Amino acid sequence: MNAYLHLWLIPLAPFAGFLFNGLLGRRLPKFLVTTVALLAPLVAFAAVANAWLLSQANPALLPLAEICPNPWINIATLHVDFSLILDQLSLVMLLVVTGVGFLIHVYSVGYMHDDEGYARYFSFLNLFLFFMTVLVLAGNALVMFVGWEGVGLASYLLIGFYFQKKSAADAGKKAFIVNRIGDFGFLIGMFLLLANFGTLSFDGIGAQLALNPAWQGGVLTVIALCLLLGATGKSAQLPLYIWLPDAMEGPTPVSALIHAATMVTAGVYMVARTHVLFDRSPFALGVVAVVGAATALFAATIGLVQNDIKRVLAYSTISQLGYMFLACGVAAYSAGIFHLVTHAFFKALLFLAAGSVIHGMGGEQDLRKMGGLWRKLPVTFAVTTVGVLAIAGFFPFAGFFSKDAILYAAFQQGPSGKALWAVGLVTALLTSFYMFRLWYLAFLGKPRSEVGHHHATPLSMLGPLVILALLSICGGWIGIERFSAYLAPATGARPAEAAGHLELILGLVAMGVALLGWFVADRLYRQRPTAAADLAAAYPAGYKLLANKYYVDEFYGATIVRPLLALSKFILEWVVDVAILGGLAWLLGGIAMLSGAILQRWQSGNLRSYAAWLAAGAAALLLYVLVPWATVLASLSIIHFGVAGH
Amino acid sequence: MNPTTTQLLQQEVPLSWYLLLSAVLFALGVVGFLIKRNLITVFMSIELMLNAVNLSFVTFAHQWHEVKGQIFVFFVMMVAAAEAAVGLAIIIAVFRARATLAVDRIDLMKL
Repeated sequence: MNAYLHLWLIPLAPFAGFLFNGLLGRRLPKFLVTTVALLAPLVAFAAVANAWLLSQANPALLPLAEICPNPWINIATLHVDFSLILDQLSLVMLLVVTGVGFLIHVYSVGYMHDDEGYARYFSFLNLFLFFMTVLVLAGNALVMFVGWEGVGLASYLLIGFYFQKKSAADAGKKAFIVNRIGDFGFLIGMFLLLANFGTLSFDGIGAQLALNPAWQGGVLTVIALCLLLGATGKSAQLPLYIWLPDAMEGPTPVSALIHAATMVTAGVYMVARTHVLFDRSPFALGVVAVVGAATALFAATIGLVQNDIKRVLAYSTISQLGYMFLACGVAAYSAGIFHLVTHAFFKALLFLAAGSVIHGMGGEQDLRKMGGLWRKLPVTFAVTTVGVLAIAGFFPFAGFFSKDAILYAAFQQGPSGKALWAVGLVTALLTSFYMFRLWYLAFLGKPRSEVGHHHATPLSMLGPLVILALLSICGGWIGIERFSAYLAPATGARPAEAAGHLELILGLVAMGVALLGWFVADRLYRQRPTAAADLAAAYPAGYKLLANKYYVDEFYGATIVRPLLALSKFILEWVVDVAILGGLAWLLGGIAMLSGAILQRWQSGNLRSYAAWLAAGAAALLLYVLVPWATVLASLSIIHFGVAGH
Repeated sequence: MNPTTTQLLQQEVPLSWYLLLSAVLFALGVVGFLIKRNLITVFMSIELMLNAVNLSFVTFAHQWHEVKGQIFVFFVMMVAAAEAAVGLAIIIAVFRARATLAVDRIDLMKL
């Protein structure tokens, strides 16, 4: 059975595509670049699909571990293998990553068709898929960290894809540096794992925890919180979410793939992957839940007033990631992963549709200048409608099922769970409102500006849109019960959730809230188009606070960035430049001059002194060759020992 | 002539005598090279050293019935001749420029 299942093929196919297009792409014809760029994720997806089919036929196949026969790191007690592991969790994640990844590659062919960096773009995109699959398949924390850092690199490269633009280059740097803070937490967590478990492999950690059922809290809490810090960096949660809105500087398909569907969900995946640690620390779980709920609400309120279509979607991504963390925080990992999957579908769809809108508007991203697009972009309008209904949580679209599962799981967790549920519900209301706001502003009403000619949307862009729209409709139909039953071997068995009146009522409440959001948006943006502006004028302080995103960027700038810059400048200028570099130059110069002053006496210009040195050298050589030194030394040592002996 | 003298003449001169002579000549050359101030004398000392070496070459060639040593002597003589030509030309040029042949005073290459 294993002969047909090569895990290493999954990451290596995109890597080959990266190498090919990265090294040769500039000199090759476009169709060849396109072929290779599409083939890479397709091969990976085929391998994943094959694995899925095989595991369906033979459930005993999972979990499947593939370990490189030679140890990767083997120093004293530190032993780390390059191991890949395929279980239900990584399989679901891989299906999303490679499947949505492939669709977005196809979309990019149309979107990037006349870009100068065509080959560069696709090589980066393939590189991202390589690292993402490594991250997902990782069998231990260090391999995961390799993928973790790698997707960060790919994200940096793609955010700064238009590197001639200063804002894009800055956004890339911001994403990289903010992520570094989270990675610091991940690293400390790994060191603590090594110190306390002696292994980084997820299986090994799980086995050791299973042996000590009483082991709770303490160092486990610290480890879980360190890992959580890493997750908040990658998944754009409070307090490290600030990089994601700026990441929208990258090409729109990149926003769809990396900054909505896959990479930013890596934090959720990591928490689910290390759930054995979180399960042993109620405090850490509580922190996860609170961080998730707070982020969900916080980002949703900012999303209410943003005018850039991609920024609205970016804040909505942060908010939805908060939902996933909320689910993980109430130990409903399968609900979190379920929402991750459906979110990947509808958020990729919304971003790609936004890309189609921007493409059609000739690069315009301001919602205030759009309007009435449904006539010009009918397909985009239709799929966006599906996406909006899905994210707002309307039955029977995908978002309804996963959001409902999370809210239901939170509601069952006692009084604090009820509070989380309430926050989630308010967030759902806000989500529904700002998504319908976007929908009304962009597609309905009258065109508010005439931006040149409208591009037709090519087929390569429409195809993925339609497929993702179908997935956004049907993606949730599998239902949380079957989904969590499938994931149970990987995320731990949960007691069967009794679906009954309560779930039905909660589902109806969520639906009602979504409808309310739609209704408010309808009032404000369709029936009385001036109402929104009046509202903003009525509460200028509140509006300003939201429009400026709670001044968080300014706050970080004043408290962290500027002091750090001043300190760095001081260290660089005075310590490094003057003291170290200046001192070193002075020291080296002094040594050279001193040795020169001594050695120059040798070069006296006196011919006879040269000749004398020559003769002395020859005599010394002769002495060395002729005298049997070994014998002489031996006799000397005999004398020495003779003396010592007495 | 008494028989001892005859015997002595019929005997070969021992190897060590030649080598000793060669070493003495070489040492004289070295000493002359080091202590003489006149450039021409220094030059002649070099020639003396070369010839001392030639002597030991020939000695060994005779001793081991090998022709290589003698061939080497030809090479050395050839190089010595060339060197004499070039060296004397340099000496004349130096003398014209500096009006002296004292080795100690020819130190323009010094830093």
